[in-house]
Amino acid sequence: MSALLEVRDLSVRFNVGDAELNAVRSLSFDVSEGECLGVVGESGAGKSQAFLAALGLLADNARARGSVRYRGREILNAPRRELDALRGRRMAMVFQDPLSGLTPTARIGHQLEESARRHLGMNARQARGKALEMLETVRLPDPRRCLALYPFELSGGMRQRVMIALGMICEPDLLIADEPTTALDVTIQAQILRLLGELQRDANTSIVLITHDLSVAAAFSDRIMILYNGRLVESGTTHEVFRSPKHPYTAGLLASLPSLTIDPASDLPTIPGQPPDAMKSVQGCAFAERCKHAMDRCWSERPVLAAPGAQHAAACHLLSA
Amino acid sequence: MLAPMLAFTLRRLAVAIPTLLAIATASFFLMRAAPGGPFDTEADLDPEVLESLYRAYGLDQPLLEQYRIYLANVLKGDFGPSLVYEDFNVTELIAIGLPVSARLGVTAMLLALLFGGTCGIVAALRHNRLFDHATMTMAMTGIAIPSFVTAPILALFFGLYLKLLPVAGWNGGAAANMVLPVIALALPQLAIIARLMRGGMLEVLRANFVRTARAKGLPERQVVINHVLQSAAVPLVGYLGPALAGIMTGSLVIELIFDLPGIGRYFIQGALNRDYPLVMGIVIVYGALIILLNLLSDLAYAALDPRVRRTYR
Repeated sequence: MSALLEVRDLSVRFNVGDAELNAVRSLSFDVSEGECLGVVGESGAGKSQAFLAALGLLADNARARGSVRYRGREILNAPRRELDALRGRRMAMVFQDPLSGLTPTARIGHQLEESARRHLGMNARQARGKALEMLETVRLPDPRRCLALYPFELSGGMRQRVMIALGMICEPDLLIADEPTTALDVTIQAQILRLLGELQRDANTSIVLITHDLSVAAAFSDRIMILYNGRLVESGTTHEVFRSPKHPYTAGLLASLPSLTIDPASDLPTIPGQPPDAMKSVQGCAFAERCKHAMDRCWSERPVLAAPGAQHAAACHLLSA
Repeated sequence: MLAPMLAFTLRRLAVAIPTLLAIATASFFLMRAAPGGPFDTEADLDPEVLESLYRAYGLDQPLLEQYRIYLANVLKGDFGPSLVYEDFNVTELIAIGLPVSARLGVTAMLLALLFGGTCGIVAALRHNRLFDHATMTMAMTGIAIPSFVTAPILALFFGLYLKLLPVAGWNGGAAANMVLPVIALALPQLAIIARLMRGGMLEVLRANFVRTARAKGLPERQVVINHVLQSAAVPLVGYLGPALAGIMTGSLVIELIFDLPGIGRYFIQGALNRDYPLVMGIVIVYGALIILLNLLSDLAYAALDPRVRRTYR
């Protein structure tokens, strides 16, 4: 597997009044062809912003630095024209809230056809056919009728299927799904994840699943990246990360997963404390203040990701102690 | 889709009748409650002459009887005689004045919509840059300077100094005569529309669905035209209905300064002269216009937003 997307030393900063907020801090990782990568972290860990930066979709007050290469070509902060040729065609994104994420004043059919006409050079009739085909692929009930509906006339699960159809319509190489199931109930969540998995297998699309839910990532991905305070703290195959988590944060997340065998009367284990303020810069390890293994060194020296690129790597001093 | 909209329209028009009746009733009694009478300005009228005048116009009857007669006449489409413009009845005066005011008003509003709308859109797309700041400063100035200042300046500059355009007069509605009053009427509207349009655009440009549209790889032009404009125009629509009714029924200031035979002058002078039928007639026409244009603006909401369309069913 060769790297489809290479992210190196990516930083995203927001200007908030006089202050600066660091959402992503020198993040490096690869997405390989055809893989499913789970990106896990609490809200504010920088997981969405990293991928929005890659696609040039950051808010006006945000700046991205570093390097993002798609098939070896630099795309970070590329001119709009170059990005437009890539976005929706080679790399697509599925957003969290499909109600606010779909244009309320345009029919579903139109929103799908627009992509097909722009990127696939289709005429109106071909695009309509393609849109219908996509709605069938995502198994929307009564797809022909849905083409003429507006987003508000669909249920949440149906809207998310439309969002996925929108992302997949041009058969991109990479689909970034940003919390695609957070707004949905558990049954629909499972259906949507299964659908994403099928699409990935059928079209050999690489999928990045951004989620705060470790169990969702585990069920879905080949590989997992754990982000904390804008940095990568652990990455590895899903199997390895679950079997032997190397970073205390990952271990804490795993320990706080509810299970059916847990005593219902006991409290769910949690990680004490709050994630650090993205406004502040931390000298040592950002997790030190919540870590029960914290040593003197953790407060003064930032741990680097040991063996980056290896099967399983983490940024923690415990590993070199 | 059309049938529910038609039913909605008919329902609203049916409700308009009692509303207009209420407007007529309120303005009838309010006018009569104001001190003074229609013939007070005629110096030293013989009490006998005055009495015969009152009798001739039916003003000697009890108030409720006058009200009954007035309503009966209005329902027949007769607004009665003017008490001051002796050779005209009210319907004739409105027929002379309203087309002049409406023509000026509609032209001014179209102009304001075209330029104000464009300025607002471009300002929002250049948010916080020079064009945005310059446009909004000018818009604020446009709103702050009253038309009794801009109108004489326009007349002075283009009429007297440059001698490009007539200083005043209607001349049967010649284009040259319309230019200055239309500009004076349009300027504050243009400024308000630019601000409303910019505000609507900025609000929508922040929306998640705009990010989705960009993520589809659409060029910004297509993003704005297909995904932003329709929602961004919504705040404007609510303003346009009543504003158009206001501007169509004439501006006293503009009509006096440019000496135009519009309805605004009749209205103010009618009120000052206690010309009861004239004021009543104009109030009813104005009320009907407001109701009609508000209905149009509700229909425009429905055209812009499918969610609104559904609530009208």
